[in-house]
Amino acid sequence: MREINFRQALGEAIAEEMERDPAVFIIGEDVGKMGGLMGEIGGLYDKYGPEKVRDTPLSEAAILGAAIGTAITGLRPIARMRFCDFMGIAWDEVLNQMTKMRYMFGGKIKVPLTMDALSGAGRRTAAQHSQSLEGMFMCMPGLKIVLPSNAHDAKGLLKTAIRDDNPVLFLEHKLLMWGGLKSEVPDGEYTIPFGQAEIKREGSDVTVVATAAMVQRALNAAEKLQQEKGLSLEIVDPRTIVPFDKQTVLNSVKKTGRLVVFTEECATGSFAGQVAAIVADEGFDYLDAPIKRVNAPDTPVPYGIILEDFWMPDENNLIKAINEITV
Amino acid sequence: MTVAKEKLLDLYRTIVRIRRFEERVSEEFAAGNIPGSVHVYIGEEAVATGAIAHLRKDDYIMSTHRGHGHLIAKGGKMNLMMAELFAKKTGYCLGKGGSMHIADLDIGMLGAAGIVGSGIPIATGAGLSARMRGTDQVTICFFGDGASNIGRFHEGINLASVWKLPVIFVCENNLWAVSVPTSTSLAIQDVADRGVAYGIPGVVVDGQDVMAVYEAVGEAVTRARKGAGPTLIEAKTYRYRGHFEGDAGTYRPQEEIEKWLARDPLNIFQEQLIKMKMLTEKQAEEIDKEALEEVAKAVQFAKESPFPKPEETLDNVYA
Repeated sequence: MREINFRQALGEAIAEEMERDPAVFIIGEDVGKMGGLMGEIGGLYDKYGPEKVRDTPLSEAAILGAAIGTAITGLRPIARMRFCDFMGIAWDEVLNQMTKMRYMFGGKIKVPLTMDALSGAGRRTAAQHSQSLEGMFMCMPGLKIVLPSNAHDAKGLLKTAIRDDNPVLFLEHKLLMWGGLKSEVPDGEYTIPFGQAEIKREGSDVTVVATAAMVQRALNAAEKLQQEKGLSLEIVDPRTIVPFDKQTVLNSVKKTGRLVVFTEECATGSFAGQVAAIVADEGFDYLDAPIKRVNAPDTPVPYGIILEDFWMPDENNLIKAINEITV
Repeated sequence: MTVAKEKLLDLYRTIVRIRRFEERVSEEFAAGNIPGSVHVYIGEEAVATGAIAHLRKDDYIMSTHRGHGHLIAKGGKMNLMMAELFAKKTGYCLGKGGSMHIADLDIGMLGAAGIVGSGIPIATGAGLSARMRGTDQVTICFFGDGASNIGRFHEGINLASVWKLPVIFVCENNLWAVSVPTSTSLAIQDVADRGVAYGIPGVVVDGQDVMAVYEAVGEAVTRARKGAGPTLIEAKTYRYRGHFEGDAGTYRPQEEIEKWLARDPLNIFQEQLIKMKMLTEKQAEEIDKEALEEVAKAVQFAKESPFPKPEETLDNVYA
């Protein structure tokens, strides 16, 4: 075993998959000599050259459109979209093209395309570089969505994404990219299947479903509540929200009788709302208290430390919600 | 330019087959046998006929919402097309796509596109794919004058020209984006002028003349195949019917319609071939009869085919 950070996880996953399969290539902005905004794919340009590590014009619709064209004709592009906020510029490529082609062409086409993009707040980058948009992307059948919460999961899930025959959106939370904790990973190759949630901490009193950077905050809160109140939280990380492993969540709620969904999204139209709806629908009899959601307010992400820290859900918000549903 | 007689007769068969297919689609739509929305290609057939004649089976085309003609010219099967239009399980897309969403990768048809302009960057990607896989395949991307005003026209053609990709961008300028004329949506006379912005040739061609289209696209295909990059070709043409079946097209001046009807692409090509002694009137009649029979068989196939089962709705979302 050895330890790697989140950026190394991405770089290793992409490097290993390019080595394994000659159809895999990278297309996007600043992927060449710069090696990604954080240097996370540094070295690949030197190894593979500009043919397979393709710096593009600043042109998101061309990046995603061209990626689609290569995916349906035998290649496996990794389209690096930088910030998920920028994907609005290529909205139609996601909304009406890559996610619809297989279905509307009667299953006779496959679109093996991985998009990766930075997501989330906490870096003081304000309204256009800080959003968590998974709820919006979740409304498009045909797309798979990955939200890793640590370096170990990021590497295994990204390798699975690149091998998947469908469009996959892989979201990288900024707090994990910049200064997230290191993870232990195996020396050899490993992949993590989609649609398998992981229980990051076992517990018996309250189930907390958390994603991305909120997983670590949930773990911090769990430790605090254990020590201060003897309260036992079970932290469930879905890891992929499409496909969503609802059974692991339902099993957990059956055990604890209580659910809090803890994500960084604006509450309205969120993945958190979908989890709450599923448990209300299929796990109502397990519940001993109302389902709580702890999310961001329905405002754009503000700038600066004071406002953004207020906006972002944190341990205190989570503990407050848990206190409301425990005696 | 000299073209072999057999090739010319092939082109003639293609334009007749497209015309007869589309006339029947129009009738079947009016009879209530085709649900939804259908855009027929009548009046514009010379463009697909002349352009696609240069392509091999493994070359690609990217089509539009008005795509039946492109598919027929690329070798699409009429019975599977008609069954798809009738929303039958035996159709190209199992009845899930309809008129605006037919693809056939076996013959290099990458799909029709219901969103105007969406095919342009995708065609650029098909060109990139050919380059990266080391083949000499070329891609023809069809789109209309309306699409030439969409952002992806710029993004897709720019990328193809920067990377010198083997893509031929064919603008079918039929003068109308639904009810809005090019006179109020373009500040220039010719879309082809925009080629200058990308450092690629921009060529205007008579879209009612199969031979003119054939010649212009031939040069562009040769250029693309040898790695010299893309070309923008603008074919001046006209749709004889409304934007969709059921649209009477009353926003268009009568004298404009009559002017274009007088330059019918099928008539022009037939007269050219007869004058060149490449076609006799008797042959023309036979080709017409064959096309009508092929269309009738396709309709019969569509009518006799089963609908999909309701629960098949749930299939084919993911690979």
